[in-house]
Amino acid sequence: MVITRKVEFSASHVCRDPKLSDEENQRIYGMAANPHGHGHNYVVEVSLSGDPDPLTGMVLDLKELKAILKREIVEPYDHRFLNYEVPPFDREVPTTENIALDIWRRLEPRLNDGRHKLHAVRVYETPDLYVDYFGEPACSA
Amino acid sequence: MFRVTRRYGFAASHRLHSSELSEDDNRRLYGKCNNPYGHGHNYVVDVSVRGPLDRATGRAVDIVVLDELVRREVVMPFDHRNLNQEVAAFASGAPVLVPTSENLGLEICRRLKRNWKQVFPGEWPKLEKIRIGETARNIFEVGADEID
Repeated sequence: MVITRKVEFSASHVCRDPKLSDEENQRIYGMAANPHGHGHNYVVEVSLSGDPDPLTGMVLDLKELKAILKREIVEPYDHRFLNYEVPPFDREVPTTENIALDIWRRLEPRLNDGRHKLHAVRVYETPDLYVDYFGEPACSA
Repeated sequence: MFRVTRRYGFAASHRLHSSELSEDDNRRLYGKCNNPYGHGHNYVVDVSVRGPLDRATGRAVDIVVLDELVRREVVMPFDHRNLNQEVAAFASGAPVLVPTSENLGLEICRRLKRNWKQVFPGEWPKLEKIRIGETARNIFEVGADEID
């Protein structure tokens, strides 16, 4: 069984690689390369897979999941400029893929207790663009 | 492994009518969608692409390239068109393909697949599936491996 909890945060970022020229950055990242940055209302859907606990009937108490997501994602990310305030984006480009990967890394150790495990992280940068990450190396749809 | 999904849209008209069936059977089968003058929808197309992260760019898919492909192969030829009259797959052939959203989904998938290697010549990223919403309530999904 898969359960999903959604959280939101608003943040600014800029997608550019300091090793590349302005032209190269513009070619690769388009408008997202604007050096002054810009922002999004990000939406994150975190999915866990597991069996319901026979006693509680829950895979994981959603109150507990909500608290974990608040502590691990919303508090560090919300109303921040990712490149300046949220490592590893001081050295990695905060693309939607890298944000999904970072969220996976933050959550994975907190969400593996033998009964359930992290199944997928979906990050919407806008309603028209989202990324799903399933971890490595095992991947599934 | 990442799956990147990008949403596109187009507005088009169509009429569901099979040349293989009688007028009565068409009316019975397709109901309001068989109205001889046709009708239209705001179609929403989600294109899902799968690939590993390119460490250098921090991305799994070059969105600029994907946008250009979908715009050229799907949005431009379908947007503000009459599918039965202006899109070859639904305008000619024997029998003529009925522009149901199932057939539209297959046609979109076919167009993207046919041109994929031209714009994404490497092993990755791969087209995984497309999902087409005819309205907010009618959704159709086609996997890229379901077609040749």
